[in-house]
Amino acid sequence: MSTLQIDFGHAKPRIVGIDLGTTNSLVAVMDLTGPRILSGIVPSVVSVTESGEVIAGAEAREMLITHPERTVYSVKRLMGRGVGDVQDELRLFPFHIVEGSESVLKLQLGDKVMTPPEVSAYILRKLKEDAEDVLGASVTQAVITVPAYFNDAQRQATKDAGRIAGLEVLRLVNEPTAAALAYGLDKRKEGLVAVYDLGGGTFDISILRLHDGIFEVLATNGDTHLGGDDIDNLLLNIALEDLQSEWGEDFSGNASLVQLLRRAVIQAKEALSFAPSATIELEYGPRKYQREIDVQLFNRLIEPIVERTLGPCRNCIKDAGITVEQINETVMVGGSTRIPLVRSAVERLFRKRPHTELNPDEVVALGAAVQAGILGGEVEDKLLLDVTPLSLGIETMGGLMSKLIHRNSTIPASETELFTTAVDGQTNVLIHVLQGERELVKDCRSLARFDLKDIDPMIAGMARIQVRFLIDANGILNVTAKDLRTGKEHSMDVKPSYGLTDDQVEAMILESYDKAEEDFKERQIREARVEADAIIGATEKAKEDEAYHALPDAERIAIDRAINELRLAYHSDDHLLIRDQIEKLNQATMALAEAIMNEAVGKALKGTNVND
Amino acid sequence: MKFYDALGLEPKLAIDLDDLKKRFYDRSRQWHPDRFSRSSSEEKQRSEEMTSMLNDAFRTLREPVTRAEYFLRESGLELSKDAPPELLEEVFELNMALEELRGGDESARGQLVLAQERFTGMLADADSGLSRLFASYDGKADAIVLEQIRATLNRRKYVSNLLRDVEKELNVHSAN
Ligand SMILES: Nc1ncnc2c1ncn2[C@@H]1O[C@H](COP(=O)(O)OP(=O)(O)OP(=O)(O)O)[C@@H](O)[C@H]1O
Ligand SMILES: [Mg+2]
Repeated sequence: MSTLQIDFGHAKPRIVGIDLGTTNSLVAVMDLTGPRILSGIVPSVVSVTESGEVIAGAEAREMLITHPERTVYSVKRLMGRGVGDVQDELRLFPFHIVEGSESVLKLQLGDKVMTPPEVSAYILRKLKEDAEDVLGASVTQAVITVPAYFNDAQRQATKDAGRIAGLEVLRLVNEPTAAALAYGLDKRKEGLVAVYDLGGGTFDISILRLHDGIFEVLATNGDTHLGGDDIDNLLLNIALEDLQSEWGEDFSGNASLVQLLRRAVIQAKEALSFAPSATIELEYGPRKYQREIDVQLFNRLIEPIVERTLGPCRNCIKDAGITVEQINETVMVGGSTRIPLVRSAVERLFRKRPHTELNPDEVVALGAAVQAGILGGEVEDKLLLDVTPLSLGIETMGGLMSKLIHRNSTIPASETELFTTAVDGQTNVLIHVLQGERELVKDCRSLARFDLKDIDPMIAGMARIQVRFLIDANGILNVTAKDLRTGKEHSMDVKPSYGLTDDQVEAMILESYDKAEEDFKERQIREARVEADAIIGATEKAKEDEAYHALPDAERIAIDRAINELRLAYHSDDHLLIRDQIEKLNQATMALAEAIMNEAVGKALKGTNVND
Repeated sequence: MKFYDALGLEPKLAIDLDDLKKRFYDRSRQWHPDRFSRSSSEEKQRSEEMTSMLNDAFRTLREPVTRAEYFLRESGLELSKDAPPELLEEVFELNMALEELRGGDESARGQLVLAQERFTGMLADADSGLSRLFASYDGKADAIVLEQIRATLNRRKYVSNLLRDVEKELNVHSAN
C-alpha cells in the first residue's frame, strides 16, 4: 500500500470495465493515458470450502482437483439456460444439479445451493475487491462484457450477477465490440473491421464500420456454446477412452481424476500452439498415463470446431451487406485464437493477416474500460453503436413466430404492436415473446410471457392495448403496455421463461450487498493497520539510533505523541482516522528519517573511501 | 412523417445517402444513452426514446424500398399482396420447372437459370423505375405517380420472392 493521499470524500467514483470470461476474468479502468488492467487474471472458478466459505479465483481453481464436487468452472456456459439446454455439458461437470432446475439451474456445492448468477457474482466480487485494493476506493459501478451472441436471458443473468455482487451495471458491452474499442482502430478514421473472438466457452464474429470515432456494428453472429472448452472435452474424452483400455476402468465418474486429466489436457493443448507435439501426462497414485499428440493429429481433431466458426463468419459478412474484399482489418480476440489452425483459417477466409498485437486475454477488459470512460464522460470522441444479435418476435396463430425487431438492428430499437381481445368479455391477453430466426415457435428461444390483465370486459376487438417492445443499449428487452382507450399505462404480469424473477434477484442482493460493503470496509481497516504496524515498527527501531538521541526534545516528544495517537486510532473502525495518524507520524519523523539517511550516506561514503 | 422528423428531413422520396448518414451519426453522438449514463432517469428515458426512433428511422429510410413503403403507408396507401396479373403465365411455367427440378429432372435447370437472369433484370428495372418515380413525385406531388410507385413496389416484392425461390432451388440441387 502506498501512503498516497486519496480524497475519498470528493473523488468521482470510478467505473470499472470487467471481462467476465468463461475461463478467465479481468478488471480494468480508464486512466488519463488509456485503459489499464487493474489486477491479474482471475480464473473464473468458484468453490465452497468445507467450512462453508465461498472462494473465487486462483484459490478456487486449486479446489477443482481437491474438491471437484463443490467447485464450479465455466459457469458462463450455464448463464440464462435451463437444464434441458446443457445436458451434454453436465455430464463432464463435477458438480450436481438440484431438482427443479427447469427455468434456472441450481447447483449443489457442498451444502450450498447456488444459481449461475450467484456463482458469477462471486467472481465479480473478487474482481471488485481487486479493483478496490488497487484504486484505494470503493467500486460500485461497472461495465461488463458479454458475448455478442448472448440472448436476452443470458444478458439478464449477467446483469443480475452484477447486481448481486453489489455492482450497478451501467452497460453490458459485446465482447468483440469492446475489443475493437481497445484496439483504437478508429485512428484509421474510416474502414471496415471484422473481430473474431474465440475464447474458452463462446464464439463471436462482428463486423464494424468505423467512422470518425463511431464504431458502428453492421452485423454480428456466433455460437454461445463453442470455444476452448469444447476442444478440452474432445481431448478429455480421448484420454478417458485411453485410460479405459489401458487401465481397464471407466474413470468418467471419478471427478477428481477427470479434473486432473482436464488440467493435463489443457496444458498439452496450449503447448501445441507453440510446439509440433505435446504430451498429455497424468500421474494417479502409482499409475502413469502418457500420450503424445502431434499437431497433425490435433488439427484433424479440432478441424470440425474451427469449421463451425466459419459458417457464422460467412453469414455475418452477408448480413453486413458487404463482400469480404471490402474488409480492411481483422482482429483476433480470445485465448483460443493462439491456435495456429484457427489463425490460418481466419486468414484464409478474410484474406488478411489478422491483428494480434494486443494480448488476446486482456483486450476485452481494456475495451470495457474504454466504454466505462465513455459512460463516465472521460472519453468523448468515441461512440459505440451496437446491434441486437437475434430477431425478436411474438407467437401468433398456429405456433408461428412473427418478427417485430430484426437481428442486426441498431440498438436501442423498438417496435409497437396493437393487441385486442378475441372474444366478448375477455379480460386478459397473453403475449409470448421469443428470440430467434426460425419460423416456428418451437425452434425459437422463449423469453417471457406477458399477461395483459384486468382488461375491462367489452365486445371482442374493442380493447386497444398498445404494447411497446424496446431492446435497450444493453441488448435487453423492455416491454411496456398502454391502453389506448384511456391513455394510461396498462399493467401486466411478466413470467420470464429462463432466469430469475426480479424479486429473487432483489432477495439475493439484500443478502449480499450489505455484506460486500462491510467486507470492503473491513479490508480497508485491515490494510490501514498493516501499514500502521509497519511504520510503528520502523519508528521504534529508529529510536535506537544515535540520530534519535541527537534530536531536540520537542521533536522527540512530538514523535512519541504521534505514536501514541496512532496506537489509539489503531483500534477504531475508521480506516481514514488510522491513515490520518499514519500521515502525522510520517510528518513527525521526517527530520529523524533525514538524519538517519544522512548518517547512512555518510557511512557509505566513508566505506567507499576505505575501499578505494 | 416521424422518421423524417427524427433525422430533421423534409419528407422526400429521393434522399442523399451521405447526408442521411451524416445526420444519423451526428444525432447519435448527441442522443445516445451512453451520453446520459449519469443523468436523471427522465433524461435517460428521453435519450432512449430519441435514439430508438433515430435507429428505426435510419434503418427504414436508408433503403429505397423500405423508405418508399414507409412513405406510402404514411400517405395512407397499403401495399397489396396480390400477384401482379401480368406475371401469372410466367409464374405458372416457373412453378412447373421448379417441380421438375425438385423431382430430379435436370433438364429444367436451364429454364430456371434463364428465369433467374430475367428476374434479376426485372429487379434492376424496378429499381431504376423507382428512382425516376421518386424524382417525379418529389418535383410534383401527383397521386397518380404515388400509385405507380405502389405498383412498382408490389411487382418488385413479388419478383424478389420468385428470385429467392428459384435461387434456393438452384443452390440446393447444385450442392448435391
Ligand atoms: N496457447 C494457447 N493455445 C490454445 N488455447 C489456448 C492457449 N492459451 C489459452 N488458450 C485457451 O483459451 C481459452 C481462454 O481464453 P479466454 O481467456 O480468451 O476465454 P474467456 O474470455 O475466459 O472465455 P469467453 O470469452 O468464451 O467467455 C481457454 O480455453 C484456454 O485453454
Ligand atoms: Mg473472452
